[in-house]
Amino acid sequence: MREGPAMTTDAPSLPAKRKSMSLIDHIYDPRSRGIILQVLLAVALIWFTAEIVNNAITNLKKQSIASGFDFLGRTSGFDISQSLISYSNTMTYARAFWVGLLNTLLVAGLGIVLATIIGFIVGIGRLSTNWIIAKLASVYVEVLRNIPPLLMLFAIYFAVLKSLPAPRDSIELPFYSYLNVRGLTVPMPTWLDGIGYVVAAFFIAIVAAVLIARWARIRQEATGERFPGVLVGIGLVVLAPLLTFLLAGRPVSFEYPTPGRFNLSGGVTMLPEFVALLTGLTLYTAAFIAEIVRSGILGVSKGQKEAAAALGLRPGQSMRLVVIPQALRIIIPPLTNQYLNLTKNSSLAVAIGYPDLVSVFAGTVLNQTNQAIEVILITMAVYLVVSLLTSFFMNWFNSRMALVER
Amino acid sequence: MSTNTNVAEQEVRRPPAGAGPVAWLHKNLFSSIPNTILTFVGLWISYKLIAGVVDWAIIRAVFTGSDGDACKVPDVGACWPFITHKFDLFIYGRYPEAEIWRANLTFLLGAIGLAGLMIPAVPGKPAFAVFTLLVYPIIAYYLLTGGIFGMPIVATERWGGLLVTLVVAVVGIVASFPIAILLALGRRSKLPIVRYSSIGFIEFVRGVPLITMLFMASVMLPLFLPEGVTFDKLLRALIGVALFSGAYLAEVIRGGLQAIPRGQIEAGDALGLSYPQKMGLIVLPQALKLVIPGIVNSFIALFKDTSLVLIIGLFDLLGIVQQSISSDPKWFSPSTPTTGYVFAGFIFWIFCFGMSRYSQMIERRLSAGDKR
Repeated sequence: MREGPAMTTDAPSLPAKRKSMSLIDHIYDPRSRGIILQVLLAVALIWFTAEIVNNAITNLKKQSIASGFDFLGRTSGFDISQSLISYSNTMTYARAFWVGLLNTLLVAGLGIVLATIIGFIVGIGRLSTNWIIAKLASVYVEVLRNIPPLLMLFAIYFAVLKSLPAPRDSIELPFYSYLNVRGLTVPMPTWLDGIGYVVAAFFIAIVAAVLIARWARIRQEATGERFPGVLVGIGLVVLAPLLTFLLAGRPVSFEYPTPGRFNLSGGVTMLPEFVALLTGLTLYTAAFIAEIVRSGILGVSKGQKEAAAALGLRPGQSMRLVVIPQALRIIIPPLTNQYLNLTKNSSLAVAIGYPDLVSVFAGTVLNQTNQAIEVILITMAVYLVVSLLTSFFMNWFNSRMALVER
Repeated sequence: MSTNTNVAEQEVRRPPAGAGPVAWLHKNLFSSIPNTILTFVGLWISYKLIAGVVDWAIIRAVFTGSDGDACKVPDVGACWPFITHKFDLFIYGRYPEAEIWRANLTFLLGAIGLAGLMIPAVPGKPAFAVFTLLVYPIIAYYLLTGGIFGMPIVATERWGGLLVTLVVAVVGIVASFPIAILLALGRRSKLPIVRYSSIGFIEFVRGVPLITMLFMASVMLPLFLPEGVTFDKLLRALIGVALFSGAYLAEVIRGGLQAIPRGQIEAGDALGLSYPQKMGLIVLPQALKLVIPGIVNSFIALFKDTSLVLIIGLFDLLGIVQQSISSDPKWFSPSTPTTGYVFAGFIFWIFCFGMSRYSQMIERRLSAGDKR
């Protein structure tokens, strides 16, 4: 349209102003206006970034703060109370970073598993036909999701865990566990020879379960006969390692914590900070997961259940084969969001002193090195990567579960 | 729940065998053996919960006293004098006592404006909208900071408690609104630079925890400013909060924009409206109305998130309760922490629960129109 000269010969009847566009025409032309707008935005963004970088360089020079990532190789000089990998204060800041990151992933991973379990139980409880169970579940949801998670952490940490008795009056829990002001001490398993067989049996069982499920599906598609593939699969995965475990002569020994005069000896102790963070995040997120589960199940239209009944499926079958697969489709996307929220909320650890990534890196390391820009950027980048990886995985999972329409 | 027409017809013909409380009990609590077991477990849990709360909050609680010693009795429940003595501190922070009427007036005007906006039966919505969104912020700013009409200036360092919580939450949501609308429109724009910079910003902010945004606002922002320019600590927190909630709100608003049929925009094109006219007069009014529940939900999330500002050293409601618990030796007692957290939790809960009920009501009203 806008190649003016070519049009003059073909369409002499067109108005003369089509021939070449003046500035005014460009302002009124949507395409040119779009380009002008974008150029302006790009210039503004570049100017803004340049200004920020420029100011930052000046300010850093004036306050004589070093820049660059050299600090990662320097000795940290501080201790971390919980570490999954070997760490001491003579190691580098980079090592401290990994310790913090692993602590974050540990609490987030455990929290996700526990919150999912509790969330499903409460969510299904809210739909229970038993009036009192349904009410209790809704009280749980309505109370916990309307209170800031940070307040829950404080309450659990300062009001509950910090008022626990001293180690010598530890509270005894089942399974030889002890709870006191220094944390939760549980028996520590030590794996003996032969545990390799159990692990091998576990993986072989998983492969077998997958193969059986596939065979069952193919057979059902071919003949219409059902085979309880999932049940057999679960049985295999549970029973095979268990049998191997017993056959191999129970290759595990527990180191039980024993109460001494002033302290517990033996066992493995979870820090009170860890216990508080895990409990708080789990209970808080579970309230949201419960709502997601409930709305997912309610979201499957009644006609589906009626159709299943018309086909002669029993209530259990209709739940398992018709309702749940469809409810999962509704549940998975918001569930992903909750998993991500839990991971991000684990950064509240900084408020109660659990050594997670934010607390170790954006807290202690930032204070020691003063290199705010690098430290905060690295921290943000880690959360971004974790978020993106989780959403990619869940999107993939979601697309596998999604309805395949013709 | 059985609003099936068949059932209704049957009920007309033959009244149900037992419609009284006994039938209800049988149907809802004791219909089968597992159900009966569940009922007893549920009853036991409810009893434990209710008895525990009553025992702690009333029976074993201490109601009078002038310091923590009153609560240092064995096996004590709640320590209520801690709350009554510090109530003003929890609500207004260290706001000067003589000026507290200004904070109260701000609360009152805000409540009136919000009530006018939120209660569907109140007439004059446009006037209330102009007042609440344009006039009120200015009045509130001058009322709280002072400096005109002979009102002494109150530095933001003296603000605290619920006042800061509300200021951060309300300013956060109001300031994030224009950001969110621009980002949402930008994300749906056909112009690649506009679209990708919006997507980049939204996904970046949604991918990081609020704490890192607040850290950024409190330690990185000063480095980015030209020499000599400094920001108030509260203002820095507000910038972090507004950017953060802007990204979340943008996604909510985008949901509303996507729900508007293309025909609406095409009708705007046919009338020869420009892009701002189409968006401002046709698309946004419909889209925003659709997502009111979503907006209220993000406000609830933001309201709870304001408690994080204590990490960068501001004393919101939770911050000031925490500070009173941990560093006021006068009130040290075994039950002070629990009492303080229960009080703070209760205030947060009232606000959040009220708002969530409101959003459910709006949702029902909105879907009532669809059900015709």
